[in-house]
Amino acid sequence: MPTYKLSVNGKSVTVEAPGDMPLLWVLRDKLGITGPKYGCGVGACRACTSHLNGDEIQPCVVPISACANKRVTTIEGLANGDTLHPVQQAWLDEDVPQCGYCQPGQIMATVALLKRNPKPSDAAIDAIENVCRCGTYCRIRSAIKKVAAQ
Amino acid sequence: MTTSATGRLPRRRFITFLVAAPTLTVAARLVLDTPPAGAAPKSGGPKPDPATEPTTESDLGTTYVLRVRSDNRVIFESPKADVGQGISTAIAVLLAEDLDARPADIDVTLSDAEGLPGQSVGGSASIRGMWQPARDLAAQARARLITAAAERWSVPANTLWTQDSTVFAPDGRSATYGSLAADAARVSSPAVSTQPKPATQHAVIGTPTAQLEGRDIITGKTIYAMDIGLPGALPTVVARPPTIKGTVASFDDTTARAMSGVVAVTPIPTGVAVSAGTFWEAMRTAEALHVSWGAGPVDAVSDAKVNERLDQAIPPFADPPVLSNYVDGKFEFAFVNHAPMETVCTAADVRAGTAEIWCSSKVPNGARTAVAEVTGLAEAAVTVHVTRGGGSFGRRLYPEAEVEAAQVSQAIGKPVKLMWTRADEMRHGRMRPASHHRMRIVYLANELVSFENLSSAVQLDLGLSPVKDMIDPGYGGYPTIGAAFFALTQVTPYNLGVETKLLNEVPLDFPTATWRSVYSGHNRAAEEIMVDALAKKLGRDPLGLRMELAKTAAAKAVLQKLATAAGWGRTMPAGWAQGIAYHEEYNSKAGCLVEINATNPQAPRVTKAVVVADVGTPVNPSGLKAQFMGSVMDGISTILSAGNHISGGAVVEKSFADFRWARQTDAPLQFDVHLMPPDGGIGGAGELVVPAAAGAVANAYASATGKQAWRFPINS
Ligand code: FES
Ligand code: FES
Repeated sequence: MPTYKLSVNGKSVTVEAPGDMPLLWVLRDKLGITGPKYGCGVGACRACTSHLNGDEIQPCVVPISACANKRVTTIEGLANGDTLHPVQQAWLDEDVPQCGYCQPGQIMATVALLKRNPKPSDAAIDAIENVCRCGTYCRIRSAIKKVAAQ
Repeated sequence: MTTSATGRLPRRRFITFLVAAPTLTVAARLVLDTPPAGAAPKSGGPKPDPATEPTTESDLGTTYVLRVRSDNRVIFESPKADVGQGISTAIAVLLAEDLDARPADIDVTLSDAEGLPGQSVGGSASIRGMWQPARDLAAQARARLITAAAERWSVPANTLWTQDSTVFAPDGRSATYGSLAADAARVSSPAVSTQPKPATQHAVIGTPTAQLEGRDIITGKTIYAMDIGLPGALPTVVARPPTIKGTVASFDDTTARAMSGVVAVTPIPTGVAVSAGTFWEAMRTAEALHVSWGAGPVDAVSDAKVNERLDQAIPPFADPPVLSNYVDGKFEFAFVNHAPMETVCTAADVRAGTAEIWCSSKVPNGARTAVAEVTGLAEAAVTVHVTRGGGSFGRRLYPEAEVEAAQVSQAIGKPVKLMWTRADEMRHGRMRPASHHRMRIVYLANELVSFENLSSAVQLDLGLSPVKDMIDPGYGGYPTIGAAFFALTQVTPYNLGVETKLLNEVPLDFPTATWRSVYSGHNRAAEEIMVDALAKKLGRDPLGLRMELAKTAAAKAVLQKLATAAGWGRTMPAGWAQGIAYHEEYNSKAGCLVEINATNPQAPRVTKAVVVADVGTPVNPSGLKAQFMGSVMDGISTILSAGNHISGGAVVEKSFADFRWARQTDAPLQFDVHLMPPDGGIGGAGELVVPAAAGAVANAYASATGKQAWRFPINS
């Protein structure tokens, strides 16, 4: 079985896995990093959303072979120690989560959006496709606008 | 159809008492005062005999327990699963109020299956169930903390006050609850009142409190069932039949067993389970298995057949009186999957004489019974731990993953973590039953004569839902439990003359379920469409007509507030419209107004939603608003875009790619909630707004497009 080296949340790790194993399962089942959630496994729900070299990905459809020698950031790696990322702080301030299961993915998608577009319009926010079955969308929008206004 | 479907409900009350423990521990036990047949319930009921009350920790049995620890943490083991409805935070609010503790000092943990009173979640009943015991426990604890401080400082107890988990004295001294917890454990007769505060003194109840689990959630620390790190537990998925409730005829696992990571292949009644090193390997192997499947009970059924059977199950209307006028409506609702964001998942470790289960169950005691049954173990040998759940909407009332995980773990002698894939949830998961509703409102001159609501639905499996307890064992004379539940819960809030309402169930063996608000989400939404149709026919304003027809002053007040606060009646561009609807249930009332942009009828957007709710006493307004926002999204999704279709005995949809649940681009850009002032009552809120939102969306769509939709979801 091949071996891959990558950085996960700033730590360098080496994993042995079939090359076509999606990053999501390497993270969850091999590395015990459970922040990225399984919601569909086919790139449709975006509960797993994380970053690869700073860009948004859905790890359920990105094979581990595509992550060799790259930087993976999951929700666990977003805060700086006890200091929350501004997006996380806005999520708390707006009391966004309900069940919370989609929120790691929502937050990671938002961080990526704000990196591309620091002052997103409503249309740009609409383009976030992450499903929230609990329906927290209005608070997500408020939280994004709050960060964008900072 | 006049027989009551309800039994006589015993009066529930709690008695609280001190428990002998190293730090302050108080308990509450449920007492049921069953009124004698034919007699009015006596106030007070039989008094508890103190001699028989438990007094040590090992005697606690089925009691609620509140502990104050020396580290200043307040611990309450909650009987209410938290699946995102925010009940843990709401309970912390109740405790914080009468304890004068900071909500952040309170840990509401989810109790194992322990047969606690009210240890189930359903029927929007949690706050109503916890209102009294949580506040009683807190008030008992606070009185003892004050007494302990008074004794320590040798001052009269009634000169002390409490705030932020601390007791204060007029001379400036203060002591945290943690520092008093050991002394307070020995206070048997408190020197100050042990009664909860009157509503006029509430400072925490009614104040928005952010969900206490928020920080863990947004940092990825929260452990859902899917995240349980049970050492050695093998990721397990089940290869399931192509059709609903199909069976395993035979299977060949030769190739599968040679695949990477595979540890075990286990036939179980619902399919063939594959346990492997990772979920990905388990899923890949499950797909590669060669299984010959037996037929399921509905293999010959597709949507057309479902609709035909539902149609046939509805009797004709009565002949309307001569010279009368009437408005008719016919509505069809598709099946709807619960689709919780976290698919069901259970970790199980079944050994020779014991079983340990980790899951997010709204009915942990029922899950324990189900696991005991399939494993042949005694219930006492089964431990069920409850984790936070990634959504439920009714899904977690059915212990299917718990049973399957126990079966596999027992068969292979190893711990497992079994999850349903999204496709499993979509194709074999539970659904709101498909339904038809034929309705007629008859009027003569200006008088409303009658309202007929003749409905049919695919038979409902109430599973382990606590709402079953509302119904007589004999269903109160109704043919099925679903028919009885319909009769009991489907209350039309308007004076429409003589009412005839019935639901006939069609015995097709689909995996149905109580889906958030059960029948109200479709049936009451349809009734609200009828009220709009009547208003149109009479040339009346839909809100004004509702105000006129509403049965209660409380309903009129909610509608009045909706009219003024939500901008009802403002002019909209062509292709846009407002819509309203109203619903009452769970001792609560709600009106919803939406504005829709349906210039493209295939891609309508609800741009604004306003909810006015009367829940009696709002406990946590932030949590309430969250529930209402979610309910509005349920209304938008089920009316406009999301439903399940049946073809050849199988559900067509497989994921969120084809089950078109609302996303950010479908959410209102403006969302407002107005809570009616507290009136002392306690109402439920988790399901309340679904019917009002669904009705409002359908009504707005009809006004905007000029076309009355009758089949839901409209675009699917
Ligand atoms: S789990 Fe990755 S998109 Fe759904
Ligand atoms: S908060 Fe539950 S799915 Fe988004």
